[in-house]
Amino acid sequence: MAAGGRHRVIVVGGGLAGLSATLRISEAGLPVDLFSIVPVKRSHSVCAQGGINACNEIARQQGYSEHEHFDESIYGGDFLAHQPPVYEMAHWAPRIIDLLDRMGVPFNRTSEGQRDLRLFGGSLYKRTHFAGATTGQQLLYAFDEQVRRVEVEGKVTKHEYWEFLGPVLDDRRRCIGIVAQDLRTMQIRAFRADAVVMATGGCGLVFGKSTNSVMCTGAAASRCYQAGAFYANGEFIQVHPTAIPGADKLRLMSESARGEGGRVWVPRRKGDARDPRQIPDAERYYFLEERYPKYGNIVPRDIATREIFSICVHDGLGVGGGNMVYLDLTHLGRAYLERKLGGIIEIYRKFVGEDPAELPMKIFPGVHYSMGGLWTTYTAKPDSKGLVHGAPNSMMTNIEGLYAFGEANYQYHGANRLGANALLSCIFDGLFCGAGVANAARERTPAVEAPATHFDAATKRAEERMKSLLAASGTENPYAIGKELGDEMTAASTVVKSGPRLEQSLATIASLRERYARIRLSDTGMWTNQTLAHARAVGDMLVLAEAIARGGLERKESRGSHYRTDFTERNDDKFLATTVAAYDPTTGGSRITFERVECPLVEPRKRTYGKVEGGATAKAVASPHA
Amino acid sequence: MVAPKSPAAGRRTLRLAIRRQESPGVKSRWERFEVEVEPGSNLISVLQGIAGRPTTAAGEKTTPVAFDCGCLEEVCGSCTMVVNGKVRQACSCLVDQFVEGDEITVEPMTKFPVVRDLCVDRSRLFDGLKRVKAWVPLDGTYHLGGGPKESPQDQETRYALATCMSCGCCLEACPQYKVEPDATTWAKEFVGAAVISQARLFNMHGTGQVLKGERLEVLSGRGGVNDCGNAQNCVQVCPKEIPLTESIAAVGRQATVQAVKRFFSGR
Repeated sequence: MAAGGRHRVIVVGGGLAGLSATLRISEAGLPVDLFSIVPVKRSHSVCAQGGINACNEIARQQGYSEHEHFDESIYGGDFLAHQPPVYEMAHWAPRIIDLLDRMGVPFNRTSEGQRDLRLFGGSLYKRTHFAGATTGQQLLYAFDEQVRRVEVEGKVTKHEYWEFLGPVLDDRRRCIGIVAQDLRTMQIRAFRADAVVMATGGCGLVFGKSTNSVMCTGAAASRCYQAGAFYANGEFIQVHPTAIPGADKLRLMSESARGEGGRVWVPRRKGDARDPRQIPDAERYYFLEERYPKYGNIVPRDIATREIFSICVHDGLGVGGGNMVYLDLTHLGRAYLERKLGGIIEIYRKFVGEDPAELPMKIFPGVHYSMGGLWTTYTAKPDSKGLVHGAPNSMMTNIEGLYAFGEANYQYHGANRLGANALLSCIFDGLFCGAGVANAARERTPAVEAPATHFDAATKRAEERMKSLLAASGTENPYAIGKELGDEMTAASTVVKSGPRLEQSLATIASLRERYARIRLSDTGMWTNQTLAHARAVGDMLVLAEAIARGGLERKESRGSHYRTDFTERNDDKFLATTVAAYDPTTGGSRITFERVECPLVEPRKRTYGKVEGGATAKAVASPHA
Repeated sequence: MVAPKSPAAGRRTLRLAIRRQESPGVKSRWERFEVEVEPGSNLISVLQGIAGRPTTAAGEKTTPVAFDCGCLEEVCGSCTMVVNGKVRQACSCLVDQFVEGDEITVEPMTKFPVVRDLCVDRSRLFDGLKRVKAWVPLDGTYHLGGGPKESPQDQETRYALATCMSCGCCLEACPQYKVEPDATTWAKEFVGAAVISQARLFNMHGTGQVLKGERLEVLSGRGGVNDCGNAQNCVQVCPKEIPLTESIAAVGRQATVQAVKRFFSGR
């Protein structure tokens, strides 16, 4: 491969962040090796439904702007996000929409052929672009097609069904490549690179059942953390208010259902067992609309989740006395639902067997997204209004040459992500920060010149870990340990947390780790051994879970998605700060420090979304801009 | 957080026969399992249950059944397999539809080489997308303004085609599509409905149609649209209800028009 001389870049992960990074880096003239556990077209980005946010001409004429988008995202994230990157992302957003449009994304259209828009959580303006209710799938496919185009041109080499096992570091602890395993042949080998981008997504599987795909274990991020990369804000886990509980996973019911007019309610009378269609309007408690007259059903996710939780668990008003509330679309009409929300209506029909056009859906919150991720840095402009394009440290971890993009990166979303900002942050990382990665890689002494010793040693370590797992002759079942970890993390580190409960959780995780040391695999073969890959990931999930729980324990305040019953208020004096977890190889646990977050562009203000206390009498419904 | 209450009792035992194969090219065998299931659960949770406790119906220890899965909500296409003789995604295969006592057969797709057990190698499908240049020839990722305007009707047609998740159901059901373990034969054999439909998708796009001629060239030759035997199985098994036969007909017409134009222009 002639392009780029002797420099090359590795991208790990083929979702939106990984594919957009691959495209931009290859466009900058560097060959890219793209690694993915699954064929990239099957990455978890396909599950994103609702849309992608950007200022647009109609919203602009109503007083919206990129600055408003920035401000909403900072306020939505309870002021924990670094402001320069969010500012830059909001300003790039309209350009990203244009690019997606050029790539052929079938955005919904108005009668005039313009891109249609919908409302989304945390905004009173229509600024969410969408393709039915499968926007993530459509965006991923557009990048998948473009990467296939450059692959044919010989600029990208895909390594699908390869699993990342760890970064390779040189004597000065700079990243010079990775160790990976072919999940079919089980061959382990090292690959050299002048920069490595981790675009490996979130860690939903740490919580057992979540809305995430099965490969979202967080194991890749955990392996970087164990190699010395910091993990930041791990305790900030987004629990999506509206999911359908299932035996194998929680299936997302997009926020777009509420953005398009869906209403959340429960019967006013406890234990009202009537068919929901027989309950008259006056006897329905539209609790989000009554408590938040300004935003109504489109309050941000952390708030909606806590309200639903409280209605069910504290007030006992859940449907049938259980943990369920109604998400009602029946007033919107079948034709409208099919056109705007077809994808999710279909999911509900297939998996629940009821028709949302006829009957209100029954939903409950489910673990959805990690605001936390690998710690990264950037170069801000001198006035803090945005980032320097092409800066070599754009979203670089504390390990030189190792980058984190997309959900694996902790930037942009602070203490709570706004709906339809995730697809944006993934693509922004890839396109904007990818340019910095290419510049950084070019400045390095090519990794092909590095001595073989580091690569050989890293390969040997990975092989030894595999051998010890295959040879383990204990009595514990790694599947059972993974399930118990998920149950414990969901119980202690999601919607409602407390100091004593988190202490207990850390003890539970420690005992699970002891049991993990005594596992036995039911498959010890050397061909497509999925049992081995699963067991290895469970070990890395246990390590990450400890950092998530300890971060939650040390953060003695409530902010965004992190709510502590023993510290119910936000405390800016002490905790307007990033939680930074460093792995301690001697204990196998984390050391937590807090790194102050500066607010150069907007000052922190109280985050209430206009809540009316005890507002059971308020009747006003959100009247957003049309 | 409190987990939602499970849909109460009603657990029952399912009997499964799974076709197992250790590695490519070796003989397959049937293995039988009995698994306790909750109402509303799907075939994936059954396979996960086996992975956690791999014991056959006869009480013998075995290895977990290898299978691919991803999103578990029928948008990634990973878990495509043949259940009771019908190709489908295992995630949307709910166990409630099965009658107590019935034996459910689970097999890998037959039109792709088996990697192990229920895992198959679908690279040929992605190779087909390369051959027909299923993309918009983009000038690069920097800002150059928006794309072409589009009517809601055209958007709806394109969107339906764009939901194809490359799962392979249409190829499994197609009598003209044969298993080809050797990549050197792929270019000569029938490319299948999924790829033809993607060619139609990009031929429809304002910028994508720049490559229409090249796509039709590929699809006019051996292994192209003319190899379709019009069995119409593809459209019946497509989980996304993509109008695949319309796509094949549309691309067939486009190819004919191109051939006629070429004949008269002498090029």
